[in-house]
Amino acid sequence: MATTTLTQIDLKELAADVVRRAMRMGATAAECVVGEGSEFSTAVRLGEVETLKESGSKALGVRVFLGQHTANTSTSDLSTEGIDQMVRSAIELAKVTSEDPFAGIPEASQLGQIPGDLDLYYDDVYSLSTADRIDYARRAEKAAMSADPRIQNSEGGSFDAATGRKVLANSHGFVGEYQRSYCSVSAVPIAIDEQGKMQHDYWYSMSRTLKKLESPEEVGRIAAERTLRRLGARKVKTQRVPIIFDQQTSRSLLDHIFDAVNGDAIYRHASYLTGKLGEKIAGGNITVIDDGTIPGGFGTSPFDSEGVPTRRTVVIEDGVLKSYMLNTYTAKKLGLATTGNASRGLAGTPGIGNGNFFLQPGTRTPTEMIADIKEGLYVTEFLGFGVNLVTGDFSRGASGLWIHNGELTFPVEEITVAGNLKDMWLNVAEIGNDLEWRGAVACPTIRIEGMTVAGE
Amino acid sequence: MDKRFFFEKYGLNDKDVERYLAAALSAGGDYADLYFEYVTSTALSVDESMVKSASQGISAGCGVRVVAGERTGYAYTDDLAPERILHAAKTAAMIASGPAKTPVVNLKTNLRHDLYPVVVASVDAEIRQKLDLVMRADRAARAFDPRVKEVRASYADELKRVLVIGSDGTYAEDSQPLTRMSVFVIAKSGETSAKGTSGGGGRHALDAFLLEKTPEHFAREAARQSIIQLDARECPAGDMEVVLGPGWPGILLHEAIGHGLEADFNRKKTSAFAGLLGKRVASDKCTVVDNGTVPGRRGSLNVDDEGNPTSNTVLIEKGILKGYLADKLSARLMGLPNTGNGRRESYEHIPMPRMTNTYMLAGEDLPEDILRSVKRGLYAVNFGGGQVDITNGKFVFAASEAYLIEDGKITAPLKNATLIGNGPDVLTRVSMVGNDLQLDEGVGTCGKDGQSVPVGVGIPTLKVDRMTVGGTGTAE
Repeated sequence: MATTTLTQIDLKELAADVVRRAMRMGATAAECVVGEGSEFSTAVRLGEVETLKESGSKALGVRVFLGQHTANTSTSDLSTEGIDQMVRSAIELAKVTSEDPFAGIPEASQLGQIPGDLDLYYDDVYSLSTADRIDYARRAEKAAMSADPRIQNSEGGSFDAATGRKVLANSHGFVGEYQRSYCSVSAVPIAIDEQGKMQHDYWYSMSRTLKKLESPEEVGRIAAERTLRRLGARKVKTQRVPIIFDQQTSRSLLDHIFDAVNGDAIYRHASYLTGKLGEKIAGGNITVIDDGTIPGGFGTSPFDSEGVPTRRTVVIEDGVLKSYMLNTYTAKKLGLATTGNASRGLAGTPGIGNGNFFLQPGTRTPTEMIADIKEGLYVTEFLGFGVNLVTGDFSRGASGLWIHNGELTFPVEEITVAGNLKDMWLNVAEIGNDLEWRGAVACPTIRIEGMTVAGE
Repeated sequence: MDKRFFFEKYGLNDKDVERYLAAALSAGGDYADLYFEYVTSTALSVDESMVKSASQGISAGCGVRVVAGERTGYAYTDDLAPERILHAAKTAAMIASGPAKTPVVNLKTNLRHDLYPVVVASVDAEIRQKLDLVMRADRAARAFDPRVKEVRASYADELKRVLVIGSDGTYAEDSQPLTRMSVFVIAKSGETSAKGTSGGGGRHALDAFLLEKTPEHFAREAARQSIIQLDARECPAGDMEVVLGPGWPGILLHEAIGHGLEADFNRKKTSAFAGLLGKRVASDKCTVVDNGTVPGRRGSLNVDDEGNPTSNTVLIEKGILKGYLADKLSARLMGLPNTGNGRRESYEHIPMPRMTNTYMLAGEDLPEDILRSVKRGLYAVNFGGGQVDITNGKFVFAASEAYLIEDGKITAPLKNATLIGNGPDVLTRVSMVGNDLQLDEGVGTCGKDGQSVPVGVGIPTLKVDRMTVGGTGTAE
């Protein structure tokens, strides 16, 4: 872990000072968040450097309360005058908002942070020289380009690294701070078939430390494999068949569950899961968990954006909806307790964000799951965002591979898959054993029955 | 109005600018530019008839770019102190490796349009006036029908001041207002819920919401959609005739062809449209332009984010592919005219070719004749977002308000469904083009490589002879 630097002390002091200023100007409660980050990215295309980018930023936001009135402001001008103006504007703005009986920061007793090293920050993401960073990107692209003669073009290879520090202070005296690091490597090759038709796909690895990043060669190899299997894709007839969603697309389906249990959508009646707490909303094989405490996780932090410790929450257990995802405001609106899922940038009011959100895995491999299917579709990519959370209606563009007699055969594209999220999650016939973290949301391969494939 | 805004606010002077650009070109390179940005913004929303959220923000920064051949070096700072900008310039310079070059600095304003001569920017209007807009929208939506249960209305504005100074003598300043209202409604009837959304705005003053598109207009539109959707039935699945209503359904053009014609993808030959210049990509009834010069529109700009005046570019003329959307880099490398389409989300981002307002010119068919010509098909009048795979040309866009057409008549409203097609050939199946061109109301935001920019779209009523509709019902 990083040692305490002068900057860290300064940012905590700065946040606490902004809160004190707001209170002096008449706020009854206040909260300040400071974000500081630096980023590096490089893209290589056809072996040559295409872009190099390197920068840092620092900005802050304040949320003030005048009794039950609230407003927030943000600025990247950290001069004394800039900060003063930001706090003053917030106070003025709060005077014109409505009195909301549920407005407020958490109770003092709810604040805190989970102790110990959460394994979120490694300065090694910045340890590489510029030449070595470029080399990472170049190696990923090269591995993809040299995999097969049909790979003739490329959108490039890339290596990115970033570090960020977040500081939060509020008028109950809470001051917290954490740092996170991130690095990633990716490749996007393009393959061309005999008719001159092109296909691209991608692959990537991301990690909090360079030590755990997959090798650029492995990333490039998988990117090439994913791209090549798309060549010669065609449409299929409109029909109903069993569908297997791979990890990438099942994760997207799980994202819709998160959006549907988001407290903001729940209290606004904007989710088909409003009022369903305690009811069966998915098959008995479905257990979904949100855990913001997993060491090294991409969704891990010691406290949420309101200073409430993160935790492990069972969202769906054996198909029964057990908990919504809540911050202080949405919890009060629903007569519940916050789940420590407040999330915010520097501007705006706190929303709801996930910790590490995942579906409990099953026992068999994706290959075994596919082997059960006589005719079916294996979906590897969605196109578009055709999801209506109010009704649960789901209709998205898709591409993938056709399953015939238990094996993946020809590639499929320019089709849609449609159904309703309510039915889809009740009809998950099987869950794979392949839970893998490539971000803060993870889902194994799943098989769903009863959806419509639209094509010719 | 904002002449020399940055020079005054940050004590910049000609010498500083020369010093920064010289540092940017200290290791050679073909071109360097400085992009200064200062944005003030306000956002308000009403939910449950209460003003629950009010925000204001200020963000400022400078991005320095150095271009050497096909390479770009970029660095930015949100601290506009001279030593920070100089540091950014030196960082960006590392992309090049050669002898230093001397920039041509010309601090005289380049040519630009005057598309949004706003006297008082919305951002400077009284907060009470803005609150009044969202409260009016809330009342109007609730008054529309007792089945309207939830209303969220929001208002957002910003004033973005930009200054671009390039080593080729480019010098451009602009002050870009942008205002938007949106209304989200949920209606309930028994166990059935449905949503409706509406919104609009542009580069104009607050007055436009009082005189033209009022809060009541947007509120009623969102409420109307939600009530209609209460009775929506399963959308058929499969290939069928599709009629697109005028205005926002122009997102078809944005996804199906617009992105594929951005010059960067064609320079790299990663677009399904690469090599199709001069070839037929649409029926002869189709003429499509990207026009950044429509006064007051959300996608319009006096100058793009590289300091060039925007233009009205013909992309497809009577079905033949005529042009690409270019920025400085692609214009230079491809020998194309610079169409003024170099855009970026903010000072933190590298500019690239982007659309402005993309629309199809009106044809001669009457909208009612177009509908009458369809035996069984889909009439789609409102859409959510869309997406395209540039390389294989497949695109989607999701209909949020659509009806079944049976024997030339609009019959039942249908549930949300995604439409999918292939960019280079979908427009070849456009058999009728209406005389009723409309641009959208001003809500579009386009994402590319993680950068969002405001855009506009538009079409007249169109008939596409065959598209795949992603419903759940039977096609017959």
